[in-house]
Amino acid sequence: MEKFTTLTAVAAPLPMDNVDTDKIIPARYLKTIKRTGLGAGLFSDIRKDGDGKGGPFVLDQPAYKNAKILIVGDNFGCGSSREHAAWALLDGGIRCVIGESFSDIFFSNAGKNGILLIQLPPEEIEKLMDDASRGANATLTIDLEAQTIRGPDGGTIHFEVDPWKKHCLLNGLDDIGLTLQKAPSIDRFEGGQKAQQPWLYGA
Amino acid sequence: MARPRTLFEKIWDNHVVERQDDGTCLIYIDRHLVHEVTSPQAFEGLRLSGRKVRRPEATLAVPDHNVPTSDRSKGIEDEESRIQVETLSSNCAEFGVPLIDMNDVRQGIVHIIGPEQGLTQPGMTIVCGDSHTSTHGAFGALAFGIGTSEVEHVLATQTLIQRPAKNMRIAVDGALPHGITAKDLVLAIIGKIGTAGGTGHVIEYAGPAVRGLSMEGRMTVCNMSIEGGARAGLIAPDQTTFDYLKGRPMVPKAGAWEQAVAFWKSLPSDEGAAYDKEVTLSVSEIEPQVTWGTSPEDVLPISGVVPDPAAIADEGQRQGVERSLKYMGLTPGTRLQDVAIDKVFIGSCTNGRIEDLRAVAAIAQKALAGGRKVAEGVYAMVVPGSGLVKEQAEAEGLDRILVEAGFDWREPGCSMCLAMNADKLKPGERCASTSNRNFEGRQGPGGRTHLVSPGMAAAAALTGRLADVREFLG
Repeated sequence: MEKFTTLTAVAAPLPMDNVDTDKIIPARYLKTIKRTGLGAGLFSDIRKDGDGKGGPFVLDQPAYKNAKILIVGDNFGCGSSREHAAWALLDGGIRCVIGESFSDIFFSNAGKNGILLIQLPPEEIEKLMDDASRGANATLTIDLEAQTIRGPDGGTIHFEVDPWKKHCLLNGLDDIGLTLQKAPSIDRFEGGQKAQQPWLYGA
Repeated sequence: MARPRTLFEKIWDNHVVERQDDGTCLIYIDRHLVHEVTSPQAFEGLRLSGRKVRRPEATLAVPDHNVPTSDRSKGIEDEESRIQVETLSSNCAEFGVPLIDMNDVRQGIVHIIGPEQGLTQPGMTIVCGDSHTSTHGAFGALAFGIGTSEVEHVLATQTLIQRPAKNMRIAVDGALPHGITAKDLVLAIIGKIGTAGGTGHVIEYAGPAVRGLSMEGRMTVCNMSIEGGARAGLIAPDQTTFDYLKGRPMVPKAGAWEQAVAFWKSLPSDEGAAYDKEVTLSVSEIEPQVTWGTSPEDVLPISGVVPDPAAIADEGQRQGVERSLKYMGLTPGTRLQDVAIDKVFIGSCTNGRIEDLRAVAAIAQKALAGGRKVAEGVYAMVVPGSGLVKEQAEAEGLDRILVEAGFDWREPGCSMCLAMNADKLKPGERCASTSNRNFEGRQGPGGRTHLVSPGMAAAAALTGRLADVREFLG
């Protein structure tokens, strides 16, 4: 997984609540056996609706072509457990999503792919949504170590992040390798469980 | 004296391998279910790093999302679907993981076959790369959906790194009125708490109405926990649970069975256990439920009318409802019972079990007696949740009633719940569906979904519109 330390990039506004994982990537794109190339399906069904005002979808507007940050509403990533949603965002260049709240499974999937999710109160989101709507001139700088977002006007917003998630993102850690080092503890747990609940082991 | 604990806390405590200072835990996973859509990249990850599956015997794989629900003797026509199903078979062979393949009579939707085989047991931790893993919580197992990176983590280590969820309790008073089912109950709950109401929590369903449900009904309720934002739902195990499990292929053998039941009886939440959030509702207030929008929280009683966005003060909410109604092709103020439908889908991990099919067949039989069949121009498909459900239904003669009434009787799988196989809505088509999600495009691009109970789906098929199932029950 790629490290996340600091990121300075254009932020694209997507002012919608309950953007479910079927909206992020419809099921017909899940018939792949690879993790790559899923950007082709990113927001595929809602892209064709454009921006709702007759213009193209936000990520198709020239100002947001290089956006690496997405500003969203409440409950982003609800629905299915498909990690393809995180892979599609990553393939589409998105490294950070800032929103009012995220679904639990999507939250976990994003972190495991080097995507930083930042949860902020509605008034802060509203401000960032305004900043983002200013287009390519409005870049945000995210500093994970310092836990800050610096806006185009120089103002700074502090954000909270799980210490373990922060550690993994800053160092780009593969947690399977870390857990495998704990094999003796897992062996010990299995020994104890087998003695107490032998039926879990085929008895 | 020990602090009173919830069912969730007991299962959690039983599975902590290591606790880190920041509260993150390494928890042990007892059983891992695998399907073809969310596993290929996980097996590929193992292969690339030279890792093995730690406990193949604690893992069970089955293809369900991509399988055709028509004649399977010709294989899978769609190339990508076929490759995904074949990849599951070859990965299972390579890593020694038990597989129920597409032509096995036990094949079906992963969340139907776990309980059916007795793999799902109280007190276990169970995961699957699928958000509807919450279904298994009906047995008092801590069961939740995970992403593919976590699938790989469980395959390699039989553990997951997690923080404990918060405890939420939803108590349901009263008894379900005639014609009201577990599906109506869970839709009403989601309507009340919202699709993010359970985020960060495990929901324990309690109260007399929940205790009175069959295991099938309990599975329907826990299945849709994720639609209320909760990764897992739980119902305390009781005699109903033990009776359902007894004699199933993968349950504890004679001798160990009594020991297991004694342990399972220790699991229900202690008197005085604390919850972070508590919600109560009474089912005596509940009518058959139907969704009108593109989120499961957009739900109303069948006697209701399509909501008017103009009456909503909050701008964001109003725009959301306007967008939903535009997508759904509905006009504010229309009576839900006047909404005509094109298709009916009966099946899925929410409502593809034998009781669901019996409910549909009972209504079809009444309609036949009155000389009615599936309405002209409506296509209604019935997709059993597994090969064994199908076999049971056929032994009971349900298939003959359904076919005579004009329903299409299919092979088992996920089917039109998420339209990954050939079963899908065309743009603009409207469907009464017993599945779990009415998201935009869920049943096919441009398709419009109304979530209902099996009986309500049958009533819609027979009338050609959203209808009140109670009209057929007399």
